Amino acid sequence: MQFLRDLLDKQAPLFKKGGKLEKLYPLYEAHDTILFTPGDVTKAPAHVRDGIDLKRLMFTVVIALIPCIVVACYNTGHMANAAMNPDVGMGGWRGLIIDILGIGYSATNPFACFFHGFLYWFPVLIVTFVVGGAIEVLFSIIRKHEVNEGFLVTGMLFPLVLPPTIPLWQVAVGIAFGVFIGKEVFGGTGMNILNPALTARAFLFFAYPAQISGDKVWVAVNEANQIDGFSGATALGRMASIVDPSVPNAIYGPIQEMKITWLDAFLGSIPGSMGETSTLACLLGAALLIVTGVGSWRTMAGVFAGGFVMATVFNLIGSETNALLNLPFHWHFVLGGFAFGMVFMATDPVSSPYTDRGRLVYGFLIGACAILIRVVNPAYPEGMMLAILLLNVLAPLIDHFAIRANIQRRLARNAI
Amino acid sequence: MLSHYLSIFTQATFIENMALAFFLGMCTFLGCSKKVDSAIGLGIAVTFVQVVTVPMNNLIFTKLLAPGALTWVPGTGDLFAKIDLTFLSFLTFIGTIAAIVQIVEMTLDKYVPSLYATLGIFLPLIAVNCAILGGSLFMQEREYNFPESVVYGFGSGFGWALAITAMAAIRERMRYSNVPAGLRGLGITFLLAGLMAVGFMAFSGIQL
Repeated sequence: MQFLRDLLDKQAPLFKKGGKLEKLYPLYEAHDTILFTPGDVTKAPAHVRDGIDLKRLMFTVVIALIPCIVVACYNTGHMANAAMNPDVGMGGWRGLIIDILGIGYSATNPFACFFHGFLYWFPVLIVTFVVGGAIEVLFSIIRKHEVNEGFLVTGMLFPLVLPPTIPLWQVAVGIAFGVFIGKEVFGGTGMNILNPALTARAFLFFAYPAQISGDKVWVAVNEANQIDGFSGATALGRMASIVDPSVPNAIYGPIQEMKITWLDAFLGSIPGSMGETSTLACLLGAALLIVTGVGSWRTMAGVFAGGFVMATVFNLIGSETNALLNLPFHWHFVLGGFAFGMVFMATDPVSSPYTDRGRLVYGFLIGACAILIRVVNPAYPEGMMLAILLLNVLAPLIDHFAIRANIQRRLARNAI
Repeated sequence: MLSHYLSIFTQATFIENMALAFFLGMCTFLGCSKKVDSAIGLGIAVTFVQVVTVPMNNLIFTKLLAPGALTWVPGTGDLFAKIDLTFLSFLTFIGTIAAIVQIVEMTLDKYVPSLYATLGIFLPLIAVNCAILGGSLFMQEREYNFPESVVYGFGSGFGWALAITAMAAIRERMRYSNVPAGLRGLGITFLLAGLMAVGFMAFSGIQL
């Protein structure tokens, strides 16, 4: 530790006022404060005695994401290894690395799966951080604000909501849009309206639909080396295109076809965006976020309740023409990005309402809208991303009415 | 039957939101959305004008302008059957809207002077608000009957009101934002409108 401190202190004069690299001070400051609690003290009341600042807060989210990242790597590799013809091999630079290290493509070997998936997740992460980080640093230098760890969380979240086969240039374009239009034009961390990671994903979703919403993008194999009769479509995607919905239990057809059980979907061994498949990993992250108080349990509870109520209402209505109406909530919960959005996206403290009551309402509406979009909107089999963005837009309005209601209540209580 | 009206309402409010799907009524949407309270007032005014003008224009169109609409006049027989006054619809629609807006303005001035003062120049501007004229023209194009046009007028007005209120709430929160100097004011508001439209795209593609 002392060694690190000395190293940082030695560099300090370079970046301080009058130093050679004065312009790059935000970059130095970012590394300094991420490694050590800053020495600043408050000089007048109120005094802050807690070491938990924005950076520690954001780091808690990154730690909460670790289970998701591990499962993301494992599952991406597992899906690919299970779907590919082991005799043909991967090809490309990933195949080269795997061949040189002699790891192979066994779908039953956890390490082989993890490593294969890692080769998909890691490049996306690097591109995200290089491109997004460059924009963030550029802005902080020009506009003289600190480099905030808000971007660290955005940069960790973004790769997890992308399909493994996403072209890297699209990752770069997407995160550039997300950081630039979604966040920096509003003044940086804490001042944006929409969740930057979701803004980036929505941009890619509407600009390049083939690479992010198609059937074949969710499993990382190309056509040359996949086994016969393979389709990489997600369960929700298949459900949205059921041919004959009037058959009893038609909704379970795609699930049987994919040979998955509820437990598979809960643990995450299904095709989907890299980090969203495992509900278990998301719930582990949720536990940490709730225990540390970083994520709002009200938002999460609201999303869960909203989804449950909406799905149950649809189940009760039932339909002969739209099989998705019959999908019960315990399946909705484990398929697609519902859990991931609930835990990591909806709880974003900046773009959600600031009032406690507002968060309950906001969460409830997200859950309800997500199920609504999934069921009634054939254009988007997955509704979580758009539901959260929609409620991000409405969040300040929810706050406004929550505050107004509170004023009314207190006026009435004091009978003024 | 009820579900038919409900789907017209949902479609007009969310799926084809006047402000965020068609980008109609932008001048007031951008110019009069600084405070939630005045935005709500303007939203109510637009909804009211829409509920009155769309059905009224519907009546005018089906009883006077549409091809063969004049056959109801007694004693004329087949004389009016071939008359097609559709080319007058722009003019008459605008005229009706201007008259209604004038009435709303005078009512507000008399009974809610605070709102009248807040809305200022934007109230007469409703007369040339493209969302209002757009509502009447969509009504004509989609051949709504009278009850449908009431529901459509209410839905489209309500959707626009929802959009401008959400926009105003966002702009109130944005007082704490540190927007780059060149983007302050209208620039960031245009960007916001675009980002809000992305949020509302959740509904696009729903078939009712």
